[in-house]
Amino acid sequence: MDMTVANRIEAERLAPVTTAAKPAKVTAKDVNVYYGEKHALKHVNVDIPDRGVMSFIGPSGCGKSTFLRCINRMNDTISSCKVTGLITIDNQDIYDPALDVVQLRARVGMVFQKPNPFPKSIYDNVAYGPRIHGLANNKSELDQIVTASLEKAGLWGEVKDRLQDSGTGLSGGQQQRLCIARAIAVNPEVILMDEPCSALDPIATAKIETLIDDLRSNYCIIIVTHSMQQAARVSQRTAFFHLGTLVEEGPTEQIFSMPHDQRTQDYITGRFG
Amino acid sequence: MTDIVPQPAPVIPVRRPSAEQSATRLKSRYAVERRFKALGLGSLMLTGLFLLLLLANITLNAIPAFSEHAAVMDVTLDPAVIDPDGKKDPAILAAADYASLTRAALMTAIPGVEGRAAKKQLASVMSSGAADDLRAKVLADPSLIGKTIKFPMLLSDDADLYFKGEGVKASSRPGTGTITASDSKGQITLTSADNAFAALTDTVSKFDLEKDDGGLVLKSSMPSHLVALNGGLVKLSKISPSSATGEVLTPLTSAGPAVGSAWQFVTYGAPEGNRQVNDQAATFLEKLKASGVVQKNFNWRFFTSGDSREPELAGIRGALVGTFLTLLVTLSLCVPIGVLAAIYLEEFAPKNWLTHIIEVNINNLAAVPSIVFGLLGLAVFLNYFGLPRSAPLVGGLVLALLVLPTIIIAARAAIKSVPPSIREAAIGLGASKQQAVFHHVLPLAMPGIMTGTIIGMAHALGETAPLLMIGMIAFIVDVPKGLTDAATVLPVQIFLWSDLPEAAFQQRTAAAIVVLLAFLLLMNGAAIWLRNKFERRW
Ligand SMILES: Nc1ncnc2c1ncn2[C@@H]1O[C@H](COP(=O)(O)OP(=O)(O)O)[C@@H](O)[C@H]1O
Ligand SMILES: [Mg+2]
Repeated sequence: MDMTVANRIEAERLAPVTTAAKPAKVTAKDVNVYYGEKHALKHVNVDIPDRGVMSFIGPSGCGKSTFLRCINRMNDTISSCKVTGLITIDNQDIYDPALDVVQLRARVGMVFQKPNPFPKSIYDNVAYGPRIHGLANNKSELDQIVTASLEKAGLWGEVKDRLQDSGTGLSGGQQQRLCIARAIAVNPEVILMDEPCSALDPIATAKIETLIDDLRSNYCIIIVTHSMQQAARVSQRTAFFHLGTLVEEGPTEQIFSMPHDQRTQDYITGRFG
Repeated sequence: MTDIVPQPAPVIPVRRPSAEQSATRLKSRYAVERRFKALGLGSLMLTGLFLLLLLANITLNAIPAFSEHAAVMDVTLDPAVIDPDGKKDPAILAAADYASLTRAALMTAIPGVEGRAAKKQLASVMSSGAADDLRAKVLADPSLIGKTIKFPMLLSDDADLYFKGEGVKASSRPGTGTITASDSKGQITLTSADNAFAALTDTVSKFDLEKDDGGLVLKSSMPSHLVALNGGLVKLSKISPSSATGEVLTPLTSAGPAVGSAWQFVTYGAPEGNRQVNDQAATFLEKLKASGVVQKNFNWRFFTSGDSREPELAGIRGALVGTFLTLLVTLSLCVPIGVLAAIYLEEFAPKNWLTHIIEVNINNLAAVPSIVFGLLGLAVFLNYFGLPRSAPLVGGLVLALLVLPTIIIAARAAIKSVPPSIREAAIGLGASKQQAVFHHVLPLAMPGIMTGTIIGMAHALGETAPLLMIGMIAFIVDVPKGLTDAATVLPVQIFLWSDLPEAAFQQRTAAAIVVLLAFLLLMNGAAIWLRNKFERRW
């Protein structure tokens, strides 16, 4: 584990919490999700501030991923899934029929649990999003976007000499950073990460955590994590989910030191989960 | 939430077997395993053996078909026959009677043949293709007219087989005593005062022969007996110790007596009745062979010409082109329709009862006997739409129906095997579903789709039954030039040839099977290669 990173994140965490004062980027009001008959998410209300990291924790199967996938409407691809309630980004209802889901996903990037680079070159992986959204007018603009994205994802130094190699040939951690570079290449406002480190070793995890920390000044990042330590290290706010309900949400420090709810208390002290 | 109170672990009642009990159990388990292995190996070897037998049989039968025999002769390209008015007009050159030239060349090579029957016999040694070859040669180079050229003249299928086989198994032994020929040609009598034929009558007496005023009448089901004397050859038909009657196969230099070692008994061990080539023709062929003009060539004709009634002229070019055109139609219909159907079913179709029924029926279609597709093609394409019979277009349509389910199933499997994470990645970036499919899923599924397509095409390549229904079984000499020309395909050609009585056609059947198998192996090899090359890239 990179000690300096850990120290820095620790210092950050102990600093006075100011995030609540920021205006909400994403808000959810009475969100319910059903998979067929199954009521997977119940009456979720939350405000997620811009320029910061919010983590979702909770025992597995409690609906963290389900909620995360509501925010870029990835749940649309599951035919049995039904979402009710209101989710807004910048006060715009994202389930508004007039809203183009392709535009939404360009604004809300996503990083998955298992690194899933396309089996194409590193360059093409990053360039894919800009290409389909027409973000670059010519090759040199595209090159700039690719370079900048890889730089932001902390991967440029490692891959700059082999941009034409296959993305699947990278190590797991590099692949995940490539996926982050791919997501930020379309210049999103919100980045959703669903357990981005659960398939990685501790060193790769540390690199991703540093990266998340670097990115939070520019993006609204929402991360689902299994590890409470990780939530504590990278996030400023934490929401605890249990059996489909959002039990408690607040500054990370407060959730981990003095939770209001007994269930949160039990979870963070390891009684279940 | 509540403190965990330690509970006593439940006891599972296990009866431990004794050491020898477990030893016997173990032994029987190993025995079962050994038996299973032996059975598996046995069945594998049996299959391998049958396959090997089949391949060896076909290959052995096919080998003779890949060579042909020709006799190189001096052919005089008589201007009076080819180009009477000397204008070298191709139409006139093409219409000339080249057969008379080749016949004349043959007569010069084997002189002294007289009588209509013998001349006809001699002419039948040569293929009618020889004249066509000569015509082609003259048309290609009219300056040859008037010259005498050395030209390889294709022999007939019987003559060809004669040289490929064991021949007549000729043997000879010297005669003793004196015999006298009544004439030098035609039906003659050989007489002997000192019973020179007694040895022969003894030999043949073991056959149950009829008697005709003191002579034994020889039969074609027994070895032929001949006498060589005075530079000629006489085939005996009736013998008694003191005289023999027979037909002159090779004219004698003179009638009259021959003494002692000047004449021989010749025996053709293979009975004439069992041969395609009679004794007269055999003497012609032996003469050709002795004069060293017979040559064996690779049978290119087999690959460059269409079907023919003459086995030595028949080739698979027409069938190959027909197959190619038919498969072209099949491929260009099947791949787009099959792949699009698979994409729709896998990626876009709502999962309801209707799609379920469609899926089940596609799987059912793959199991429908192919002849049913032929009947369908007959009813719909020929009778309803009035498309031409025997055409590659219709054949291709029918085979497309046949292969479509296979391709759809293979393509669906290939699409399904692309991990969903790739689709999620694309959709998460804001790609539409269609973009995700065409940019990512389809390229990754392509090797699988191609493998399925090749296997489907190999299936189509071997199909016969449905094509019979739409008339692709006709005897077609011309190589098809378009999709609506009458054509046949390789398996149907095999089917047609296998029905013909000539031994040479049987060999060609085997040779065509070898070609078909080679194509099938090639296609399956390509499929395997593709599968291995592109396996699991993610
Ligand atoms: N595609 C789906 N179809 C049906 N049920 C689902 C589907 N995805 C998730 N679920 C159910 O929804 C609940 C929440 O799942 P999820 O959001 O994945 O939990 P987690 O908090 O572990 O990420 C689980 O009980 C799960 O079984
Ligand atoms: Mg999850």
